[in-house]
Amino acid sequence: MALLETTGLTARYGDFQALFGVDIALNQGETIAIIGANGAGKTTLMRSISGVLASEPEAVLFDGEKIGALPAPDIVARGIAMVPEGRKLFASLSVEENLLIGRYGRAVEGHWNLDTVYDLFPILRERRANPGTALSGGQQQMVAIGRALMSNPRVLLCDEISLGLAPVVIRDIYAAFPRIREAGASIVVVEQDIGQALKVADRVYCMMEGRITLTGAPATLTRETIHAAYFGH
Amino acid sequence: MTSALDTIIQGILLGGLYALFAAGLSLVFGIMRLVNLAHGDLIVLAAFLILVLVTALGLNPFVAALVAMPLMFAAGWALQYFLLNRTLGADILPPLLVTFGLSIVIQNGLLEGFTADSRRISAGGLESASLALGPVNVGVMPLLTLVSAIAVIIGLNQLFYRTSLGRAFRATSDDPVTAGLMGIRPKRIFATATGIAMVVVTIAALYLGTRANFDPTIGPARLIYAFEAVIIGGLGSLWGTLAGGIVIGIAQTFGAAINPEWQILAGHLAFLLVLLVRPRGLFPRAVD
Amino acid sequence: MTDTSLTPWKVETRTKASAISAIVAALLVLFAFAAPLFASRSVLQDLFFILTMLVLAQNWNLLAGYAGLVSVGQQAFVGFGAYAMFALVILAGLDPLAAIVLAGIASALLAVPTAFFLFRLQGAYFAIGSWVIAEVVRLALAQWKTLGGGTGTSLPREATRDMPALKFIGDLFGVKSSGAGDILTYWLTLLLAIATIFLVYRLLRSKQGLGLAAVRDNQEAARSVGVDARRMKTLVYLAAAFGTGLCGALIYVQKARISPDAAFSVVDWTAYVIFIVVIGGIGTIEGPIVGVIVFYLLQTLLADYGSWYLLILGLVGIATMLFAPRGLWGLFADRTGIQLFPVRRRLTGGPLSSTRKGGPHG
Repeated sequence: MALLETTGLTARYGDFQALFGVDIALNQGETIAIIGANGAGKTTLMRSISGVLASEPEAVLFDGEKIGALPAPDIVARGIAMVPEGRKLFASLSVEENLLIGRYGRAVEGHWNLDTVYDLFPILRERRANPGTALSGGQQQMVAIGRALMSNPRVLLCDEISLGLAPVVIRDIYAAFPRIREAGASIVVVEQDIGQALKVADRVYCMMEGRITLTGAPATLTRETIHAAYFGH
Repeated sequence: MTSALDTIIQGILLGGLYALFAAGLSLVFGIMRLVNLAHGDLIVLAAFLILVLVTALGLNPFVAALVAMPLMFAAGWALQYFLLNRTLGADILPPLLVTFGLSIVIQNGLLEGFTADSRRISAGGLESASLALGPVNVGVMPLLTLVSAIAVIIGLNQLFYRTSLGRAFRATSDDPVTAGLMGIRPKRIFATATGIAMVVVTIAALYLGTRANFDPTIGPARLIYAFEAVIIGGLGSLWGTLAGGIVIGIAQTFGAAINPEWQILAGHLAFLLVLLVRPRGLFPRAVD
Repeated sequence: MTDTSLTPWKVETRTKASAISAIVAALLVLFAFAAPLFASRSVLQDLFFILTMLVLAQNWNLLAGYAGLVSVGQQAFVGFGAYAMFALVILAGLDPLAAIVLAGIASALLAVPTAFFLFRLQGAYFAIGSWVIAEVVRLALAQWKTLGGGTGTSLPREATRDMPALKFIGDLFGVKSSGAGDILTYWLTLLLAIATIFLVYRLLRSKQGLGLAAVRDNQEAARSVGVDARRMKTLVYLAAAFGTGLCGALIYVQKARISPDAAFSVVDWTAYVIFIVVIGGIGTIEGPIVGVIVFYLLQTLLADYGSWYLLILGLVGIATMLFAPRGLWGLFADRTGIQLFPVRRRLTGGPLSSTRKGGPHG
């Protein structure tokens, strides 16, 4: 049984339907990537899983439990943490406070704490007292990832973490992923950068217009099939 | 000279009371951008609660205030969770009109329960006790008020900047949706903030009720003093709020020294003057 | 979105209901002016009270419902208008009728400096700031010893009794001067109420009115299409001060006795007015009319219950704001689609509200 699974997941904003029956599955220890063009529904899918958008209870299963209708704080309490699109650091909080808020109100056990996050991204230790928003984009992204890790999640959702960052910075950030996996998290990355997605993921899902159009291991996918799934024919 | 010095010192002490009125208002505004027009009436409500505890149980007013604090915390929590949270949003009309209605409801509820008679909470010998500070005599109660105001501000600042709850307050104020992704429940955070504001309100009520007479209708004037202190100080700065309270206090004691009828007017005029020359207050926050 | 959103500057605001209502309204107005022929003095006095509250409510609604300026300090203008009228009659010996008009102008003039201060405050702070201003005006006028200081004063009997207009009315209806006074103040208030509704209606249907609604809905967007939000808001603030001051002067011609506490009462001149507008339906012309009727019925029903009355009014106001934010008229209009005064509406339903009409680029 998959660790995290969506079945027939739909989502709408008012009259606009953004997801039409999306099925994905994430197995324990696995990293999957969701790719697709702008507006394909990737972020909506992340928002639905993380509880920002409510769904039908049975549309999202985590460890066999129906969590579709739960609000975000209940989802993160169950072990699904999100790195939101645009990083969304808290402007009034320092880097260290931004990290600490990631485990708000819970005593969580596990690999990740301030020290191990600082070991993962050493630059953050130097800048721990700065306001989170005073950092460079790449450093802010490290804070956002560290903040999510602080809750020692079983599933880490990463929404567009390479957006707006220089290639060398993206490479640095993805370099941390093996250690995150080693520490026990299963990962969902949402990426527009197909090359990066294929490199990091065990399996890839491609979305278009609110539907999954292609799925498979990176080795089995060709440029042509991805292109077709991405843009239609 | 002594009389001018005396007036200034009395004004500073009075400012402590106004800072206590204002601290709760400032706290709630800082976290959820909500201006509670019933704030003054909630202070009066807390004063009546202390009065009831003092008269019914024979408690010392300070002990009664300690008993009242958790009750007021619970009332504030429930008020925010069940009523005021429903009014938060982009439109400023619902929170203003609902809290204005609440102000009228509290006033008239208190009128029904306690009549329009003036009351006072007796603090025994403390009321008339005074200390000689150099050339001027300072009342113990006014001094305690100022000390309490400073303690409250230090305490709130510690809470805000040194605790996990304080981090959650600031994070929720920045971005409630992302705060939710961190496991924070904004509605409960707001309720807790209002609960804490009501604890501060209870402290303010203790001094309101022991220093002077009060009746159910004096709440709005307290709201206005609190508001003036917040604006003079600059939004979002608790120390600024204390400074603002002191500005109002000194203006009032000087006004009263010239003509007792001018006390309140002088405070308002000082506020308008500050609004004229420093529209963002004396200590505006760098980032808003 | 309605199809009118495509050409919003030419929105067809006339409806069938409004045509019928225009005829009914004309008959109603005629009937109302004729009321002194058959109504008793106490009925006239009640109608006077209802109409003055209606005028205050329309003015407050213009401020809060259309311009987004939530004032809890309109008692400043009621009291200032009343005091200005008293000063002109007592100190300058003017005819009360002339004094009422001048009092309205005086209130508008007072609004110039107060706007200067208040417009430095945003949103909720504007509300409390307006309250501070009202307190300052009250405390300042309480220092005016010639007009009785804190205890107040009365209009000299001869000033009101000897008005030429009263003699004429007295002869016409065959009543004494006190009865004639009630008829005169009733007519004046009726006139003021009709004029207020007419002017608000005209303003809201004008291009300026559309701009005002745009400002209320989205200040940034309004600015981007060239609506000067600050100028519109100032204009509305001054107009409301004029109407409110005029009404205050009228109220106190009838009362003939003034004191600072009564003339600047936040409960009498602002709390009641806010509840009238909220319960009736904020952001509509019909709302205050419905609200004032409900208010009068509640008051008649609960008159003997003292502070319970205000307590219940407060609870009804809160409940309305939470569960029916567009008030009784909003509920009625949603179900029937009837609009007596078809103008653009204030929005309460959020950005996706179905009543929204597009901006100039909509």
